[in-house]
Order: sequence, then C-alpha cells, then structure tokens
Amino acid sequence: MTKINKESPWQDLTPGGTMYDAGNSLEFKTGDWRSVKPVYIEEKCKQCGLCFPVCPENAIPVNKEQKREDFNYDYCKGCGICANVCPFDAIEMKEE
Amino acid sequence: MAYNLKEIVANKPPVFVSGHRMCAGCGAPVVSRMIMRALKEGDHAVVSNATGCMEVSTCIYPYNSWNCSYIHTAFECAAATCSGAEAAYKALKRKGKIKEDEHTKFITFGGDGGTYDIGLQSLSGAMERGHDMTYVCYDNGAYMNTGIQRSSATPHFADTTTSPAGEVIPGKMQVRKDLTQVLASHHIPYVAQTAAIMNFKDLYEKSEKAIYTEGPTFLNVLAPCPRGWGYPTDELMKINKLAVDTCYWPLYEVVDGKYKITYKPAKKLPIEEFLRPQRRFKHMFKPGNEWMIEEFQKEVDKRWEELLALEAMSEKSLMNNE
Amino acid sequence: MSIRERLSGNEASAIAMKQINPDVVAAFPITPSTEIPQYFSTFVSNGVVDTEFVAVESEHSAMSACIGAEAAGGRAMTATSSNGLALMWEMIQIASSLRLPIVMPLVNRAISGPLNIHCDHSDAMAIRDSGWIMLFSENNQEAYDNLLMAHRIGEHKDVMLPVTICQDGFITSHSIENIELLEDDVARKFVGEYKPEHYLLNSKEPISVGPMDLQAYLFEHKYQEANAMRNAKNVILEISKEFEKLTGRSYSLFEQYKLEDAEVAIVCMNSTAGTTKVVVDELRNKGIKVGLLKIRVYRPFPAEEIAKALSNVKAIAVLDRADSLNACGGALFTDVTSGMFVNNVQIPTVNYIYGIGGRDTTSKDIEGVYSDLMEIAKTGKVDNPYRYFGLKS
Repeated sequence: MTKINKESPWQDLTPGGTMYDAGNSLEFKTGDWRSVKPVYIEEKCKQCGLCFPVCPENAIPVNKEQKREDFNYDYCKGCGICANVCPFDAIEMKEE
Repeated sequence: MAYNLKEIVANKPPVFVSGHRMCAGCGAPVVSRMIMRALKEGDHAVVSNATGCMEVSTCIYPYNSWNCSYIHTAFECAAATCSGAEAAYKALKRKGKIKEDEHTKFITFGGDGGTYDIGLQSLSGAMERGHDMTYVCYDNGAYMNTGIQRSSATPHFADTTTSPAGEVIPGKMQVRKDLTQVLASHHIPYVAQTAAIMNFKDLYEKSEKAIYTEGPTFLNVLAPCPRGWGYPTDELMKINKLAVDTCYWPLYEVVDGKYKITYKPAKKLPIEEFLRPQRRFKHMFKPGNEWMIEEFQKEVDKRWEELLALEAMSEKSLMNNE
Repeated sequence: MSIRERLSGNEASAIAMKQINPDVVAAFPITPSTEIPQYFSTFVSNGVVDTEFVAVESEHSAMSACIGAEAAGGRAMTATSSNGLALMWEMIQIASSLRLPIVMPLVNRAISGPLNIHCDHSDAMAIRDSGWIMLFSENNQEAYDNLLMAHRIGEHKDVMLPVTICQDGFITSHSIENIELLEDDVARKFVGEYKPEHYLLNSKEPISVGPMDLQAYLFEHKYQEANAMRNAKNVILEISKEFEKLTGRSYSLFEQYKLEDAEVAIVCMNSTAGTTKVVVDELRNKGIKVGLLKIRVYRPFPAEEIAKALSNVKAIAVLDRADSLNACGGALFTDVTSGMFVNNVQIPTVNYIYGIGGRDTTSKDIEGVYSDLMEIAKTGKVDNPYRYFGLKS
C-alpha cells in the first residue's frame, strides 16, 4: 500500500515525484465510474476468448486453466466492449 | 511458436495494470496492454511516454499503472528521452554495471499529437541515430487529452474543436499525414501499422517483432476514442474492424524495406461504413455533401493502391534476390 | 602531481569531461560551446572514455536525452550556449524538478535576436530561477575546477539538482591560457562513482519518473526542491574545501578581492572580474581603496553572505552583462540589492548594464565605474541607479 496520500507532509513525499512501487494503481479502484454493469452468464460462455483482451481495464481475469472468470468490478468502468464482442450473449449489460 | 492468446493472457501478468484513469471504452489501453504483453518474461522494460491521455491517466502521483520502469518528461520529446535511457544502458553495460544476461527493452508511447506533430523531430532523430528502441504511436486522430483538437493525423473533413464543421468550412480541410510511410522512409529495420482486430494476432506479433528486432522500430497503432470520434463506448472492436476492412487503416509491415500487407479484407468495404457510425463525420452525410465522401473514398483508394504497388515491388525484388 | 598546460576554456571543459568519464553525453552544436562536444567526441572515437555520445538533432533533445540517461542511472552531460539553452528551457525545468543531477557547461552568449554569437549573460539569466545550481567561472582554470566539483555537488543526497558551469563565450572559451590540470586518475577519484538510489534500469525495483503531480502534491515537491537549493550552499562549501586540499586552489561562494578595507566595490561575474582585478591593482597603487566581489555561486544565491561582505563599503556597483528589460535594472543587481535590503545593509548601489552582444569591456570602462563610485561615496547620492557603460551615445 502506498503510504502517500493527500494529507502527507512534504517530508513524506518522494523527491521529484518518482514512485518506487511499480503498478500500485491496483490500489486505485475505478469501479465507481460505472453506470452500467456487465453481468457474466457462465452457462452461455463458450470460453472463446474474445472478451478478455478487449477490456481496457483488464477487468476480466483469466486463470491458469486459460478460462475467464467473473468480472473484477473493482476496475470495470462499464464500457460494454466485452458484451458487444461476445458472440454467445454470455455478457449482459445492466443498469447499476 | 504459434500464437495462442489465451495462453499469453493466462501466463503473463500484465505490465500495464488496472486502476488507470483513461476513459471508459478507450482504445489506447487495449492496444498498449497487448503490446506490453509481447515482452518476454524476465525482461525488464523502460517505457517512455509523451504527455497525453495515456500519461495523465496512468501516472498520477502517487499511483502508476506500470509494472516496469516508466518515465514521462514532456510532450515532444518522449523519443529523445527514451534514446537517452537506452544510451545509458549501453554505457552501463559496457562498464559492467549491468550484468550481461540482464535485458532491458526500451519502448516509447506517444499519441498522434505527440508523434505526428510536436514530437516528430525527436522521433525522427532517435530513429535515425539507430537506438535499440521501439516507438509506438497510439493514433486516435486528434489531441484528445486537451479536448479533441485537430492534429496532422486527423482524417479529412473530421469535425474537431479546432476544425469544426461550420457553415463555410466543413471540418478539417486537409488529408491526414501518412506517418507510417514517413517512418518507412527512415530505412529502419522494422515499421508496422496495426490495430486490435479479432484475436489480436496482428497486433501481438508485430509488437513482438518490433520489440525484439535490434535497432529502432516503429509501430503505428489505431486507438479509437469514443468521445472524440463520437461512437458508443461498446463499439471499439467494430470500429477497428471497419477501419481495416475499408482500407482506411491498412495493416502492413515494412521489414528491412520490404512491404508486406498483413491483412487484406476479403471484400473491401465502402468508406461510408467506417464514417457513418462516427459523429465527427456526421456532416458528410447531409444531402449535398456527397462530394466529401467521394473525395474521402478517392484518397483511401489511392493510398491502398500505392500500398499494393509497394508490396508488389517488394515481392518482385525479393524474388530477384533469391 | 598536477599538469601544467595551455588550454582554451572549451578545451579545459572537454578535458574535465574526459576525466569525469560520464556515461552519456548528448549534445548539439552551437557557437561558442560547439568545441566541447567536438573535443569530447574525439575522446569517444579514440576510446579514451567509456561514454555513449548521442549526437542529437536539437538541444531540446539533448536535454531530454540527458534526463532519460540520468533517470536511467547514468551520469549525463551536455554543453550549450544561447539559443541552444533557450530551446532547452522546457527541459531545464524538468531536469531539476525530477531531481536529476545532470551537469552542463554553459558557454555564455547573447540570446537572439537579433542574432549575435558573442558573449553576454542573457542565456544564463533566462534559467536563473529554474532549480539549477549555477557556478560562474572567471577563466579556464575556474571552468575546469568548477566542472570537476559539479557532480559531487549536484549528486549529494541533500541536493540532487542539476549544475551548470558558466564561462564567457569566446572571451574565455576560445582564449588559450595557462592552466593546472589534475592527473586523470586523481580527478576521477575525486569525482567518484555515481550510485543513484533509485533508477530506471534497476530491474529489481522498477520506478515511475515524471508523474502528473496535482494540487495535493506539486507544492510540496517544489518545497523539497527549494530546500535542496538551500542545502546546496553548504555542500558547495564542503566540496570546495575538499578540492582545495587536493589542489591548493581555494573556492568559496564568491571571491573577495581587496574588499576588506575597500571604500567602494564592484560586484560582477565571469571574465569581467579579471579585468576588474587589474584595475583594482592599478587604483590601489595610486592609493585608492577599491575592491571587488566576484560571484562564483549565483544559484543558490548567497544573499546574506554577500550583504555581509559588502556592509563596510560606501558605494557599490553591480555589473550585469544582460539587461532585464524591466525598466529597473539587471538580474544580479536585483539579487544583490534585495539581499542587502533584507539584511539591513543600506549602502548607495548602482547598476551598470554592459558588454551586451560581446561589446568589449575595457579597463577604462571599469576605471570609469570606480570613479563614479568614488563620487557617490563622497556625496552619498545616486541620481540614476540603472546605468550603462560601453553604450555608444
């Protein structure tokens, strides 16, 4: 967890704004941007693999068995690209 | 090794991670994440990023979305910045300060504004000097970060905030610069134009080639912007496909000067198919403006023919060499 | 053992760079600093240094490449003048704000326009509030010595700021003078290795450099930078002491030349100090008590120390080799007088703008200034504090 926040005094900030913890935006959740939400209908999913690379947020996890899992709503911004590319109607967009 | 998207995604942790603040449905993170996936496991990367949408949303103090080293300096000098880091790498390797078996790849990302326009000199210089680096332009066809101003990558007639479609002047009156050709003219080892279509094979393979070809390499990648182009956020992949199927954005590569078109649409679609779904071209469909579509089509056809001719020439010279 | 040589200021700078053996030099030709990268690239071509020489396509790219190289974990250097520095300006700010101790010889030349290739300080003055440590050099020896100290100062953990070493274009950059050089290994040992704590090429700790730094953070980052500049003063003194032990050549924040009992004093920088010293000696021979305060460290500006050093004279002239075009006086004048004011030193002080675009500065000119000062000292009156010498009127 990054210790730096908006209340941090100058002594605690890293010089020049250089950040030493790579990829820490994982702590920054963007899920609350969403107004519509994709719902994964597992029964319809054929694991074709079209949905996960198109997600701008990397919010469709793929496990070691190379299968997609349910959405990571911490980051999904609800753009709907995944639902649009799904040939099997296995993703449904619903109002939040 | 045959391309297997599922395997790549399942086994390689992303370098470009979640929690970035690009708009919902943005095309840029989709292509950038896949490009970074082409990095071999165990290889370190230094990403240099021009000021622009991607930079202001992936590196906001104290958060960053890069599981590699990352540097942003200014708008016009991402290539020069990257070239300096690459030069230091060479020097430190020579001095034995970096181990022989440690590999770092140098990748620059710039939008079309930072690449076609303000950063062109810096890019051209870095490519000419032969640094071992890959420059990626994510082309969304305007200055999106500042609110959709026209760039030299903006297509003909597009309605932007500095080329508004008005009563007298119907949008951007100039055709777009063909930057991929400009880079091909640098006679660098690898230049490619690509986009995310279908299972991303074209994009991934070109990224791998670009990153692992020694010397300066260049990728021009289409990165649709739902806000700037005016289409619903969920239609990214449809727009990408129409761009390549109309031959507005041909997919090709230039390897050591030899042209190869990597995707030829079975049926070349009329340009209207690409233009119609986008609000920035809406005025072109008003009665009386048919001439605009005709002109646009002519330009697309001309460039496509040129590309076919370049490919034919390359094939001929390859045959002669054999 | 030191080596006695005869070198121009540019040659001296290039030799210092050879001894430093930086990892990356990225430079672009511009008169009168061109010779520095030119000589240096010969060292590269002949394998005398391990440096990667990047022949960039502009000064903007020179500084950008230096930033990339320094952030990557290497020592990066460039050299420039005038419009080259002007083109770099954007990156000058970024280098310092990212806290990258890049070192750059700056061979002072007038900034266009109209175009002029000769000496004045309008280039240096255009970056005076950019977070760079700025050292000025009277002659080739000082340019060399300052350059050897630059990395030690800039890279110090309490500082981490870039450093520029100024000298006068053509006047010292192209005149051959005697110089004492350190032996390569002695110089290299003094400069030492660069060991940054965090750097891009460290695969074990990837970092992000140059973020979007919004309302909650930029103010604090700027405060850190300002603090680093304040810290630099002591670090410069520390390193200069160490250098003196090695070479016998003594450096401080400024040089006081016969100032102790002086009635009037001139404050100036770079080669004009040499001319002024000659005049001081001549006038002293005639029994006239004049002195000189030659600024070495212009940024950080030693305001308090300068005010104290000048506190016993009766009149002061500050010489600016660049006009600030602000209808009230040059930059050095403003710095010196504001330093005096806040330190409660109230002495009649005048400003002379001089030497613009390479206009010769003669001992006669300096004599004229001292004569004006003696008059002011007598009457205590300054009718016009913003003056010129050497201007045809």
